[in-house]
Amino acid sequence: MIATQRSVSGSSQSPRSPSSQPYLSVSVTDPVKLGNGVQAYISYRVITKTNLPEYQGPEKIVIRRYSDFVWLRDRLFEKYKGIFIPPLPEKSAVEKFRFSAEFIEMRRQALDIFVNRIASHHELQQSEDLRTFLQADEEDVQSKVSDVVLGKEKPVEESNPEYEKLKHYIFELENHLAEAQKHAYRLVKRHRELGQSLSDFGKAVKLLGACEGNSLGKAFSELGTKSETLSVKLQKEAHQLLMNFEEPLKDYVRAVQSIKATIAERANAFRRQCELAETTKLKEINLNKLTLMRSDKVGEAEIEYQELKAESEEATRMFEMIVRLMNEEIVRFQEQKTLDMGIAFHEFAKGQARLANGIANAWRSLIPKLEACSSSS
Amino acid sequence: MMGSDNEGFEEAHLYASKEEMENLVIDNPLNDSNSYSNYRSALSSAISDTSHPLAPSILVTPADSDPILSPPPYRDHLYHNSPTESSYFEPPPFGDNVGDVNGVENHSLNLDNFGRFSRSASWSTSSSTDSEYVKITVSNPLKEQEASNSIVPGGGTYVTYLITTRTNVPEFGGVEFSVRRRFRDVVTLSDRLAESYRGLFIPPRPDKSVVESQVMHKQEFVELRRVALEKYLRRLAAHPVIKRSDELKVFLQVQGKLPLATTTDVASRMLDGAVKLPKQLLGESSVVVAPHEVVQPAKGGRDLLRLFKELKQSVANDWGGSRPLVVEEDKEFIERKEKINDLEQQLSNVSKQAESLVKAQQDMGDTMAELGLAFIKLTKFENEEAVFNSQKARAHDMKGFATAAVKASRFYRELNAQTVEHLDTIHEYLGLMLVVHSAFSDRSSALLTVQTLLSELSSLESRAEKLEATSSKVFGPGKSRNRKIEDLKETIRATEDAKNIAIREYQRIKENNRSELERLDKEREADLLNMLKGFVHNQVGYMEKIANVWTKVVEETSYYAKENS
Repeated sequence: MIATQRSVSGSSQSPRSPSSQPYLSVSVTDPVKLGNGVQAYISYRVITKTNLPEYQGPEKIVIRRYSDFVWLRDRLFEKYKGIFIPPLPEKSAVEKFRFSAEFIEMRRQALDIFVNRIASHHELQQSEDLRTFLQADEEDVQSKVSDVVLGKEKPVEESNPEYEKLKHYIFELENHLAEAQKHAYRLVKRHRELGQSLSDFGKAVKLLGACEGNSLGKAFSELGTKSETLSVKLQKEAHQLLMNFEEPLKDYVRAVQSIKATIAERANAFRRQCELAETTKLKEINLNKLTLMRSDKVGEAEIEYQELKAESEEATRMFEMIVRLMNEEIVRFQEQKTLDMGIAFHEFAKGQARLANGIANAWRSLIPKLEACSSSS
Repeated sequence: MMGSDNEGFEEAHLYASKEEMENLVIDNPLNDSNSYSNYRSALSSAISDTSHPLAPSILVTPADSDPILSPPPYRDHLYHNSPTESSYFEPPPFGDNVGDVNGVENHSLNLDNFGRFSRSASWSTSSSTDSEYVKITVSNPLKEQEASNSIVPGGGTYVTYLITTRTNVPEFGGVEFSVRRRFRDVVTLSDRLAESYRGLFIPPRPDKSVVESQVMHKQEFVELRRVALEKYLRRLAAHPVIKRSDELKVFLQVQGKLPLATTTDVASRMLDGAVKLPKQLLGESSVVVAPHEVVQPAKGGRDLLRLFKELKQSVANDWGGSRPLVVEEDKEFIERKEKINDLEQQLSNVSKQAESLVKAQQDMGDTMAELGLAFIKLTKFENEEAVFNSQKARAHDMKGFATAAVKASRFYRELNAQTVEHLDTIHEYLGLMLVVHSAFSDRSSALLTVQTLLSELSSLESRAEKLEATSSKVFGPGKSRNRKIEDLKETIRATEDAKNIAIREYQRIKENNRSELERLDKEREADLLNMLKGFVHNQVGYMEKIANVWTKVVEETSYYAKENS
């Protein structure tokens, strides 16, 4: 199933001819537990439907596991510097939780969103690695877990005030979002707890009603039943909150973390550019010296200089490309997140209104019965 | 209005009623046991002389005549289905200013308003249909110095409270009057009531709380106690029998020292028991229970011999082969006792679950507030750092969301405060169960006294028979044998009297139990029904408000929903 509301592309959308619209649609479905004990893992069916020429046929189904998705993400991260690679859901730290139905469903959904975002990104969708991921038969795919090494020392940094502002913004944003997400998760728990206590209360009230007998006893009994009904509503709402609010917030946090990784990449690229520029300059000075001295090493030095110059220019191009892409991506990111959060708020409010109205209606229906009790006694 | 100001207070009234009070009180001074017994019998005869205190006219009225349940506010709400700002749902105007000990403001008004808005527990408010009322307020705690006391050098201090009564009941002989009492006086009142009204469900008095008085801040403690005293006195005044008791009247009206026998006076009789016993065993003093003592259960220090006899009887009841001559045969009572026990268990269970429900509601409100706050911070942040319009739009959405969350959290907390008060009825009735048990034990101890006297009577009679039978065979001065028979016959007569009184007392307590159980059932039904209504109305009102808050957000964010359909 495709969660289309999350894969709306950013501002740059290529116009499509209505007759033969190229399409690429992917879904991640059918999680299945494979393997035994510690080695056990979940595999997913990835179904690709497309009319793009690069792909084999209109429909292809492959089996992939989480580490395969990680491989794809890492490859894209290497190749498309400057672009914000869509984030993956986290690995689960807790063993017990790994195979709970809820976790599996959450992960499946997140993976589906992940692939679809890539498939609808104008640059990333052309990636060969994506094609490999979606098409290659199981034996051919190598699962590599490559860690992104973030540059540790930062001797050279850009002095771009706007960029500094952006970096500060991103780091602060992560803190704020993490806190909001924490409270969102707690709220889910509160719904469950309230549901549970309503259920227990209902049971106790029913027992009291049985003890009292007569019309009062009936009133208690009805109250108890209503209580139990409401408990169910609360559990349902807890689940909705988890799926439609807490998860998007978590997703937002992950996206910000992904941006942080790109920021690190940009820093690396900048450093490399500076280093090469330095080295090239030195080489040029040395070359001039040798030329003046009419040394026979001039030829060699000339070649070395030229090579280094090419590398330096390449590094500069690379850096500039990252900067350009980042600027585009930031716009897209902000717009996407406004949309995502707008939907999340809408769903939250809908759920809460529905819950509150449900509770009000349930209790309201008791009022005539309670009135009847007092007039009969 | 009520309070420390005694406007409209007339000395003349008080003087007149004081006279009456003093006439009621004994002629002899209180410091010897004889006068005490006179006082007791005077009191009990006074009680039996008046029309039966449990006459139907005083019984509690059904809930639907209670003015609190009929006002329009929440009925309107039902029919018009709009969440009106009715006082029914607003949180009570709780004043919580704990002032200086010597100048505490009168909070009782608020407490009463609060009580009226959320519930009308029949046990705490006067509930008669006719316009008679007794309205008690406790206020103005003052520190006073103990009069020079030879036992405690340096003198201690204690707190007195101003107790103001407003009533139109003619027996009080006044419309409004005040006295100053200390906690010790309340203990005395409570003890005397327990003695006079065995078998009734007498509201329990506030605890002595020795530990709390040391640990708590003095002002807090005094305020807590003031509230508790007021609640207690109001409950006494709401009880159909107690409200007419002399003990209560005396307590509320007589100026100066409380003219009821203090517990220490009674305790001094502990010495009596230790003194009496050897004499009784040696046959030097009467072993018969004096009639006036029979109306009270055997108490520790006081009636050692009687205690031994009754203990022996109760063992005989449990283990002896023969059935005692009078048993608890009232099947209906036994059934009701069972029911009371069952009820207690269920109430306790509901009470426990009610507590966790309240906690869950509180947590919900708190977490909702925290979520709202986190988004308010985010809103501020995005607004400060905004570079793109999309950020501004998002900040706007967040603000709407956060505001709604904070509003909803406030409603949850208000809802909860009211829920606590409604469900408090359960806790109150749990407290009442203890009183019921105590009334039942009055009955069993009275029964035990009867049984003991009966078996004593029968053994005395068989002794008399034996003595008469051996008359011819005894060689000795006939005079002393006759004297012995005469003495024995005298003892039998006295015991017979005591037995009759004991039986009367037992019947009286049985009747008290029965009528109180009926009253309990009626009031409980009314109170619990009220509680349910209050609870349900409360939930409906606040949930509607919460729904409105979120519906607004749904409308404001509906743009996003359309974007995706």
